[in-house]
Amino acid sequence: MGAYFSEIFSGLWSLFIGMSITFREFFSPTVTVQYPYETLTMTARYRGHIDLIVGEEGKTNCVVCGMCEKACPSDCISLAGEKPEGGKKKELTKYTLDFTKCSLCGSCVESCNFNAIDFSKEYNLASTRKEDFYFDLLQRLKDRNP
Amino acid sequence: MSLTLLNVIVAVIIAIAFAALNAAYLVWAERRGAARIQRRPGPNINGPFGLFQPPLDGVKLMAKQLLIPGGVDKVLFMAAPVLAMAPAITSFVTLPFSDLIVGHNMHIGILLIFAFASIGGMSLLFAGWSSRNKYSMMSSVRAVSQAIAYEIPMLITVITVVMIAGTTDLMGIVKGQMGGFWHWNIFPFKAGLFNPLMLMSFLIFFTCSLAETNRAPFDLGEAESELVAGFHTEYGSMGFGLFFMAEYANIVIGASLTTILFLGGWDCPFGFFPGVWWFLLKIYLLIASFIWIRWTFPRTTIYGLLNLSWKILIPLSLFNLLLTAGLLKVF
Repeated sequence: MGAYFSEIFSGLWSLFIGMSITFREFFSPTVTVQYPYETLTMTARYRGHIDLIVGEEGKTNCVVCGMCEKACPSDCISLAGEKPEGGKKKELTKYTLDFTKCSLCGSCVESCNFNAIDFSKEYNLASTRKEDFYFDLLQRLKDRNP
Repeated sequence: MSLTLLNVIVAVIIAIAFAALNAAYLVWAERRGAARIQRRPGPNINGPFGLFQPPLDGVKLMAKQLLIPGGVDKVLFMAAPVLAMAPAITSFVTLPFSDLIVGHNMHIGILLIFAFASIGGMSLLFAGWSSRNKYSMMSSVRAVSQAIAYEIPMLITVITVVMIAGTTDLMGIVKGQMGGFWHWNIFPFKAGLFNPLMLMSFLIFFTCSLAETNRAPFDLGEAESELVAGFHTEYGSMGFGLFFMAEYANIVIGASLTTILFLGGWDCPFGFFPGVWWFLLKIYLLIASFIWIRWTFPRTTIYGLLNLSWKILIPLSLFNLLLTAGLLKVF
């Protein structure tokens, strides 16, 4: 008999405890980010597809050594360069990334000795066309510093 | 006579308008409240604070085709949503909102409301049975066993209140509680009755009205995780819309009855300015707690539900009935 009543009271009390928790939650601020209207800044360690780093005078640090191309296990990267007339170093003329095959392993970034490539913070990458995932990184570099 | 008829017709129109408006905006309040409890903003795109959401939902529901699946019992299938909505509307006619605002006050008002409430249970049975769907069938069996289990403690509690008031007239019950919150049936500390267990009776009545309206945590009738959507699985368009509106109209009726029976109706807690605003304030506070409870507790099991009714609520309400009868006899 005592157990019957104590069970009723402890049960009822636990209900009130539960309700006090939801009451507190009701008055705490909302945490939703209304995605298309507001976005979060990506964290420092976020790995998007690779991008060329902007070096001196808005140019790339790349010396066209081809280490990234060799490091890539999926053959995503293809780059080309040529020596300008009278110049000593090669200059980058083409850097394309085939993101359809990239698995974001980061071997290219690790292999680069000239601090030329890094992960971007790009994450809005949805498309129905394959061509949208062939990135011309040199063009993207130019777009970033007009 | 013709004036009385006119009164009733006007009352029914006002009741439909009130029920529909409440159903629409309680859905909004429910969604906003649920969202706040889960720390989301809730519907906020259509209009300020998402206030245009309910009419847009209504337009969407009305624009859809009323699909009747093959093999259903057509007559019962079509009758069920109407049967769900009609008693909900009719009950409003006899509910007194204040001493002046009442559609048609009757001496047996409370009996009338409970008679209509049982028709609501029948509509769930019709809907589940006629749908030709095993989940709907199971849901309607559950809903009916639940309705039977919870109508008993609810009616015993009502008998307790009726004994205190000495009348089944809803207006008379409220008039017996006038003059401040210490006269209300929830704390009846007036001459001739000192029953401290009325608070428990209030909780029993409140729990039963949750169960009667098939609200969470007693929404076993539509248990989405087990029975798809229960008795309204096969309903689309306004068939579903009517069930939905009936649920919210029943919530308003449950809150109004709790207010009338236990919280002094339109009486002010401190004895001045009684009026319809106090009644509305009380019912909306109760409805807010309905919503609050829904988004706090998980659904009970069918065994837990029936055990709660037969092992706890019925014995306790019977005990309070006897105690109240004894107290009324002694003092």
